[in-house]
Amino acid sequence: MIAGVVGELDHHSADYIRQKLDAELVKASNKNIIFDLSKMSFMDSSGIGIIMGRYKNIQKLGGKASLVGLSDQSRRIFEMSGLLKIVPAYETIDEALKNM
Amino acid sequence: MQPINEIKLEFLSKSSNEAFARVVAAAFVSQIDPTLEELADVKTAVSEAVTNAVIHGYENSQGLIRMHCKLFCDAVEIIISDDGVGIEDIELARQPLYTSKPDMDRSGMGFTVMESFMDIVEVTSKPGEGTTVYMFKTFKSLIK
Repeated sequence: MIAGVVGELDHHSADYIRQKLDAELVKASNKNIIFDLSKMSFMDSSGIGIIMGRYKNIQKLGGKASLVGLSDQSRRIFEMSGLLKIVPAYETIDEALKNM
Repeated sequence: MQPINEIKLEFLSKSSNEAFARVVAAAFVSQIDPTLEELADVKTAVSEAVTNAVIHGYENSQGLIRMHCKLFCDAVEIIISDDGVGIEDIELARQPLYTSKPDMDRSGMGFTVMESFMDIVEVTSKPGEGTTVYMFKTFKSLIK
């Protein structure tokens, strides 16, 4: 599944994004997920929780997660938390797919 | 050091005001024309501090959050305060990855992000009386 975040990811939008993602993941036959953040205009630490939470859920089912389209700002936030060590970041969706 | 401009803002602890507060702070700071990256740093730090007040200070009930900004020729001071439940152990709350609400997908990185994006972050709090976060950032692009 490829999930694109368009707009801002903060505590306010996190609830909606979480519900939407979890509902789609239940329906999806494949438990791998690529987060495309190239159209995300802002993110604070709420983004770490969203990605980490989804990663934990799909990991139990043998799924993998990766990130695409990080801005300098979001990369710094993810790096701080150590998240990129378990959810790798790629330049393009193609590259992420190859490494799934 | 005399500020060249100053604003005080008071708003309800609604999560929709997290975006409002960070956009106001960025618009105010943009008067001195820092880089886009420096503006994003301020936006992110304000977002973290206001989110803390909404989630932890008022525990999603309603109260007032205050934001007080002072602008200098190459720096900004931002004070965000609430009259919420306060923090019992500030040192613990500031630790990376520590969160009192792990069930809500909270990462515990709020204060770490503030510290990383601003030059100074000071937290004062008393249980039952609220929390004040003082932040200061010098814009390196504007230092002559």
